[in-house]
Amino acid sequence: MKYITVNNRKVPFDDEKNLLTVIRKAGIDLPTFCYHSELSTYGACRMCVVEDERGRVMASCSEEPRDGMVIYTNTPKLQHHRKMILELLLASHCRDCTTCRKNGSCELQTLAQQLGVNSVRFQNTKEQYPIDDSSNCIVIDPNKCILCGDCVRTCEEIQGIGVLNFAHRGSEMRVMPAFNKKMAHTDCVGCGQCRVVCPTGAITIKSNVHEVWNALADKNNRVVVQIAPAVRVAIGDEFGIPKGENCLGKLVAALRRMGFEEIYDTNFAADLTVIEESKEFMERLERGENLPLFTSCCPGWVKFCENKYPEFRKNISTCRSPQQMFGALLKEDGRMRKDDPRKTIVVSIMPCTAKKNEIVRPEHFTDGEQDVDYVLTTVEVNRMIREAGIDLNQVPSESLDMPFGLASGAGAIFGVTGGVTEAVIRRIVNSSRPEDLDTISFMGMRGDESIKETSVMVGEREVKIAVVNGLASADELLQKIKSGEAYYDFVEVMACKRGCITGGGQPTPIGPRTKKARMEGIYNIDKASQIKLSTENPFITMLYDGLLKGKEHKLLHNHVEHSCGECGDCSECSSK
Amino acid sequence: MERIENKEMLNQLRDENKERIDNSKCRVLICAGTGCLASGSGEIYEKIKTLIGENPDVEVHFGPEIAHGDGPMEVKKSGCHGFCEMGPLMRIEPLGVLYTKVKLEDCEEIFEKTIKNGEIVDRLIYKQNGVEYPKQEEIPFYKKQTRLVLENCGRIDAEHIGESLANDGYQAFAKALFEMTPAEVVDVVMESNLRGRGGGGFQAGYKWKQVARQEEKIRYVVCNGDEGDPGAFMDRSIMEGDPHKMIEGMMIAAYAVGAQEGYIYVRAEYPLAISRLKKAIRDAEEVGLLGDNILGTDFSFHLHINRGAGAFVCGEGSALTASIEGNRGMPRVKPPRTVEKGLFEKPTVLNNVETYANVPMIILNGAQWYKGIGVESSPGTKAFAITGSVKNTGLIEVPMGTTLREVIFDIGGGIKGDGEFKAVQIGGPSGGCLMTPQLDVSLDFDSLKKLGAMIGSGGLVVMDDKTCMVEVARFFMNFTQNESCGKCVPCREGTKRMLEILERIVAGNGKVEDLDMLEELATTITDTALCGLGKSAALPVMSTLKMFREEYLEHVVDKKCKSGTCTALRKFVIDPEKCKGCSKCARNCPVSAISGQIREPFTIDADICIKCGACESACPFGAIHAES
Repeated sequence: MKYITVNNRKVPFDDEKNLLTVIRKAGIDLPTFCYHSELSTYGACRMCVVEDERGRVMASCSEEPRDGMVIYTNTPKLQHHRKMILELLLASHCRDCTTCRKNGSCELQTLAQQLGVNSVRFQNTKEQYPIDDSSNCIVIDPNKCILCGDCVRTCEEIQGIGVLNFAHRGSEMRVMPAFNKKMAHTDCVGCGQCRVVCPTGAITIKSNVHEVWNALADKNNRVVVQIAPAVRVAIGDEFGIPKGENCLGKLVAALRRMGFEEIYDTNFAADLTVIEESKEFMERLERGENLPLFTSCCPGWVKFCENKYPEFRKNISTCRSPQQMFGALLKEDGRMRKDDPRKTIVVSIMPCTAKKNEIVRPEHFTDGEQDVDYVLTTVEVNRMIREAGIDLNQVPSESLDMPFGLASGAGAIFGVTGGVTEAVIRRIVNSSRPEDLDTISFMGMRGDESIKETSVMVGEREVKIAVVNGLASADELLQKIKSGEAYYDFVEVMACKRGCITGGGQPTPIGPRTKKARMEGIYNIDKASQIKLSTENPFITMLYDGLLKGKEHKLLHNHVEHSCGECGDCSECSSK
Repeated sequence: MERIENKEMLNQLRDENKERIDNSKCRVLICAGTGCLASGSGEIYEKIKTLIGENPDVEVHFGPEIAHGDGPMEVKKSGCHGFCEMGPLMRIEPLGVLYTKVKLEDCEEIFEKTIKNGEIVDRLIYKQNGVEYPKQEEIPFYKKQTRLVLENCGRIDAEHIGESLANDGYQAFAKALFEMTPAEVVDVVMESNLRGRGGGGFQAGYKWKQVARQEEKIRYVVCNGDEGDPGAFMDRSIMEGDPHKMIEGMMIAAYAVGAQEGYIYVRAEYPLAISRLKKAIRDAEEVGLLGDNILGTDFSFHLHINRGAGAFVCGEGSALTASIEGNRGMPRVKPPRTVEKGLFEKPTVLNNVETYANVPMIILNGAQWYKGIGVESSPGTKAFAITGSVKNTGLIEVPMGTTLREVIFDIGGGIKGDGEFKAVQIGGPSGGCLMTPQLDVSLDFDSLKKLGAMIGSGGLVVMDDKTCMVEVARFFMNFTQNESCGKCVPCREGTKRMLEILERIVAGNGKVEDLDMLEELATTITDTALCGLGKSAALPVMSTLKMFREEYLEHVVDKKCKSGTCTALRKFVIDPEKCKGCSKCARNCPVSAISGQIREPFTIDADICIKCGACESACPFGAIHAES
């Protein structure tokens, strides 16, 4: 066993790639702004400096641990350096903390308080830059940026997009899209992962809180809300509820108190998706057309594919995402209620910033009416709950409304990577025997890996499946498919690492423990649910015989522009 | 020229070119370095060329003691001679005469008298302390130098590969290729203890050895020609004056470490160096010294030029390779080191221009010979660019271990004008200041490091007593702050704050606490910055603060600048004895700070005065002067 000595205590290490990891394992939480284990080491914030026995100062994030090293982490010299670095950062940073969206969860603020930086001896002489709120998903305020580069590396390395980068140099350096374009005019897919890693208020969620309050206050509205699978295991974070705990009941109660009239579960729409997508997949498989079938649940992924691989557009499932299926359905339901003259407003609570972009896509209007009116991210709902004076921790759980409040466990697992695939396989195998479900869960769709592969027998045919999370990995996989190096029949892509549980609209910080807890939370919901298969959801069957009858195609599928005016891609069109 | 297929052909070409040069009746070498070109040497070259062209069969009468051939006369554009203060320079061989400050109108006289008849034009020769020095080798500036790396600079036509070949160009490479194994080449360079001339002083051979033993077989050889220090131009002169020597050094490195591709990274501000390098590479490719199957062997080497976009930080290894790759020029964290993962993530030998230019002579003459020059820990010579308040500014080369006194007073000719030596800034914006007590220190990597200074790339800025050290610190901090890439917090934000404080001090708004703050910032920057440039960014301030603290205190406490450099600290006064009350000063004052009765002495209101000096120049009686 190899050892380093940290503050006179021996700490064993194995193959840790840097000193920082070893020191943190020893229980000393060295501060960092620019270090994330999933990103390349950038080494710019210099907060993680340590000292060796010769008084040499080094950044622990970029130093290899060597056997016998003697390290100190909290000498007066280091304290001075860390405080000075913080003071320098604060000096060039907007200091309107009290009105900042990130107030209370800002890492710069937390560290300044933690390290006792009580005064800033320099004037803020930095030029003020305009805020970019052109995107539907995120807002960028350069005046709050500390140039840690986390967003730049996330966009480039995890998402393979690279919208953001550094421009200018020295104290004039800024993070911006190439040629200082507005975010709305870039290839940004709206995934919001830049916002997840941003330690300050420089990148925040574009808020629709105000509009939703107004909609709720309007007596002419009937405001309906749907809750996405990954929201319930994250919403408790900011209220001190243990990480990953299912807070659905509490959330329902809070939403009712805030004035939402009917509260439904997006998991229900996920069940619809499973049925529609499985059907589409089996048809494509039969005809051998447009394979692999790419899932369409994730709007970040859909946009990425359109931007970078338009040739694969036809491979994306024509199924609408659960949010959009539900939106169309709820609006249709509203239109059917002849006795209620009020306007139906559909709000969805999503873990995702890209969903804000999805609702305004032209194909998501039915008969000229927008299917989903507002998307609130988990973080925004948190804000509203607090504005309403509700303590989520204290409020007693309540149940969802019916008939769209019942969902199978297959719908629940849409919130994690591999969930859609697992649900579809359950549908294909069509068995709810515990041993079969167990076998399916061990087929390799679960887990953190960026690209997972599995296969399932459909009749005589072995169906090859890939599950991807992170768009950079999707990029890698598409290259392979394009070059013929790899072949698949079904590919699930989630833009965010580990799926929606770490989505761009979720409470931060999302460290390794939080990720694990949320993932377990989702699988526990599946375990606890009495219905395992989407087809066994009784309300789904009722729906197909009722409201949906003859409208499945109109409400549940996208109509890709086609020369004949019909889409031709979807099962409905091509069977004509 | 035909393709050189083997060593015999290379030798043959060398002999042919040597013979041509030796056989010429007379060779006129006109300096075409950037400095001399700027003062008109291009026109002088054309003029001499025309004069000789109109008289192709002219007889020369040099007298019996001077041997010369019967071949045609040659007029050549040479690289930098180094004596930039005296440019444009013209050397006439075989007389060995060096003419200084040559003007276009001198050309006919030079042609008639010197070129034809070997007579000296007195007014064009260098004089120092009443002594005339017609021969270049006799001039003290040259006499005390040991020009090995710069041997050919000023002596050959830099745009003609034949001239390089005649001077044993590519002989060292041929020796390595045919007589040595790659490992032997590495061993010789290791043994020679050649240390990197780019600033760090890291052993070149050690880098080569590490690259050679990497598992990855694709390797690169990169030359750092991004000479960014203010006042340094050694590398430029080598690239302009003897590009083949440096290319040869790179080829030897490539052979030693098994690289097939090389890159030369040159700053865009060096257009002449780029064009000369391009020509040199093209010529070498044409004769088969670069490209595939060099000299008929299976060794192949391709060389590319990359122009930098003007960022100082791109002289840092990892920023440089990032820039070549097309990325933003920012240093990255190490490890991995450049020798493991450098350019395109492959093992890379990265040395600077002067380092590579040292290699051929080490291979030709052996490590022992090389170690005989300079001092033990820093063998060889070092080129320095001397500028500032010194008589002979220019480019020099001396053995390591030469003292500052010899460089400044013997070669540099001492302080210009009537000033006194105050300090010398060495190592550019990353270096420090040395004063009179340190004049006898040996100029080598380790001795300077002990004093908190560094050789750096070799810029020497000499300062006399009219220099304000606070202003010097401000100047360098301004440079570093402008050139900081912005990546790490201490360098990006810290240098900005240090500059703000220094600006405040020279503007007369400094406080005593500012000095403590400067030190506080300096220690954090030095200890925690990411790259070498950041770590050394505060050195000029630290070193001036240590050695000239009194001067800083004068600025912040007494609000005075003794040297008179800091305008804001000057106080203009009217001498009532001399003032005739003409009111001209008051009429010229842009802020109406001067008032008085006609024919009575005027006065300046110091609170309103902006210290522009308009009154001083307007006064016909010399009654106004600045007190400092």
